Amino acid sequence: MEHESLAGRIFRGVALTLILVFFMFPIAWILLMSFQTNEQILRIPPRLLFEPTLANYEALISGQLHTAAGNLEITFMHNLWNSLVLSSGAVALALLLGVPAAYAFARFKFRLGETIAFTLLSFRFAPPLLVLLPLSLYYQELGLNDTYFGIIWVYQLIALPLILWIVRGYFEDISPDIEHAYRLAGHSWREAFTRIAVPLAGPGIAAAGLLSFIFCWNNFVFALILASADKQPVTVGALAFVTASGIQYGQIAAAIVLSVTPTLLLALYAQRYLVEGLSLGAVKG
Amino acid sequence: MGMLELRGIDKVYRSHGRPPVHAVRSLDMEVGKGEIVALLGSSGCGKTSTLRMIAGFESVTSGSIAVRGRRIDTLPPARRKVAMAFEGYSLYPPLTVRENIAFALKSQQVSRSEVSRRVEAIARLVEIEDILENYPRVISGGQQQRVSLARALVRDADLYLLDEPMGQLEPQLRAVLRGRIKSLLAEREMTAIFVTHDQTEASALADRIAVMEDGVLQQFASERELKDRPANLFVASFIGEPPMNLLETEVKRADGGFRLSLGPDVAFDISGDGLDRAAQQALVAARRVRVGIRPQRIAVGEGAVRVRIVSNQWLGDQSHVAGECAGHLLIAVIPNRVAARPGDVVPFALGPRHLNIFGADGVCIRHAEVS
Repeated sequence: MEHESLAGRIFRGVALTLILVFFMFPIAWILLMSFQTNEQILRIPPRLLFEPTLANYEALISGQLHTAAGNLEITFMHNLWNSLVLSSGAVALALLLGVPAAYAFARFKFRLGETIAFTLLSFRFAPPLLVLLPLSLYYQELGLNDTYFGIIWVYQLIALPLILWIVRGYFEDISPDIEHAYRLAGHSWREAFTRIAVPLAGPGIAAAGLLSFIFCWNNFVFALILASADKQPVTVGALAFVTASGIQYGQIAAAIVLSVTPTLLLALYAQRYLVEGLSLGAVKG
Repeated sequence: MGMLELRGIDKVYRSHGRPPVHAVRSLDMEVGKGEIVALLGSSGCGKTSTLRMIAGFESVTSGSIAVRGRRIDTLPPARRKVAMAFEGYSLYPPLTVRENIAFALKSQQVSRSEVSRRVEAIARLVEIEDILENYPRVISGGQQQRVSLARALVRDADLYLLDEPMGQLEPQLRAVLRGRIKSLLAEREMTAIFVTHDQTEASALADRIAVMEDGVLQQFASERELKDRPANLFVASFIGEPPMNLLETEVKRADGGFRLSLGPDVAFDISGDGLDRAAQQALVAARRVRVGIRPQRIAVGEGAVRVRIVSNQWLGDQSHVAGECAGHLLIAVIPNRVAARPGDVVPFALGPRHLNIFGADGVCIRHAEVS
């Protein structure tokens, strides 16, 4: 790499810029849109220079949407809160169930072990609609329809396999003899799990948790079908801006910026763990 | 009563879809207090499985393990009072070397000053005083191995289990450490069992050596006895360097004794007087037996066996002379230089009293006389 030719360096710079523009431009455009009124957005040709307005954010935060057809109540902030509750709840539950399970799959060979592990992973292969129809019928019977717990439970289809497979790879990377040494020093199996295995797999668990948080946060279709308005996360809530008097692009953009920000910050903060966690854990798993 | 008693230990690994692996077969072994025992054998012979069953990381399929007369094979590892040094070192990454060694002492309720005194003493013994404040990831494999050894030896335990304890060390350091560890174990009357595939290490460190092969304990005896009175063909050919010469011979009775002939020209006469009853019966029943002779017992330049020299090497302190005789390769070790070139025909003397005789099942019928 050090002896790279000038042409090579230039080519790499250009390629990187192109890729960066391709992927970052939509995000930048959304950010710009969120500071524009609907009229400014729909102007042709669009302009890069405009007078920024905070009206979109005001509307979202106050919950009052002013449209040509009159005032509309929106529950965006509540949706944001729902997203937070649902995603955190789902990840917490998945960690609680997935980490011990990952440990078991990594450490113990038992009948049908691989089959069970693979079945859990296969939840990720199927399109969500495959399970949604029967699930919505069950949920109505069980009274889980339109409850936070019901949605958190169905989010396990997203979070649990991810956590299980990433964390399992991490546990497999830790020599079981480290736990053995700890147990010989007078500690129980349970202590070896909580004091040695889990801390050593910490980065992997953090990465898996973050990733599944982001996936849960971005989920749309489960909550659309299984929850009513007051339990819906931002992804579904953003539909409210498609109103009778037109699509409120400005508000949609602002809503997207607000809903993307937490996961983006999380991902930036944990970037190092994420890369490490995915490359170390998943490849081996 | 022994310190450790293994009775009828069997270990079978079963995994789905594969035939079960019988790793250890009806193993009986008794180790006295203060004894140092080596489990010696090639990879996959069951020695590490045995060690891990004693430590409690593997269950026994059948049989019992007792320490000081107390059955431990159903106890969790934490309650077996054994210390172990692992082949893969297995240090705790977030702790410094010092903390790693002191770790087990903390749960043993030893005072703080006593802990640091003991940690420093053992660190000096294995020459790691200068890395006590380092973390495991920044020290070399050899250093990690010594830390792991120190972590086991610093504890108060009934039994010390060492899995390939010095495999990663440089030869000089290994020799020094062997001596020090042996005197530490002897001084404190510590009972230790270690696994190794290195004969030199087993002979240097152990009071008795358990030779294992294919999950079966072949012989459990001192190094001297393994060399002089090998129980079977496996031990005879496994112990000793270069290995024992083995020749296939035909048995015939000959006036009161037996004549073991190797091809038409070479024969060994074994007198019946030196044989016990069982040996006599075994020889009467056998048509063919194998005879074994240590390379050090063969004299070159005299005797009745005509050998065509294949190679002749002077190793600085001894000659290894290899030759071919009736389809067998014979190696002789001579303390001085030998004037023989490849292709020469030279007489070798294989004295009948130096022959070990093995039956068709590999069991030793008669041992060579020890002069």
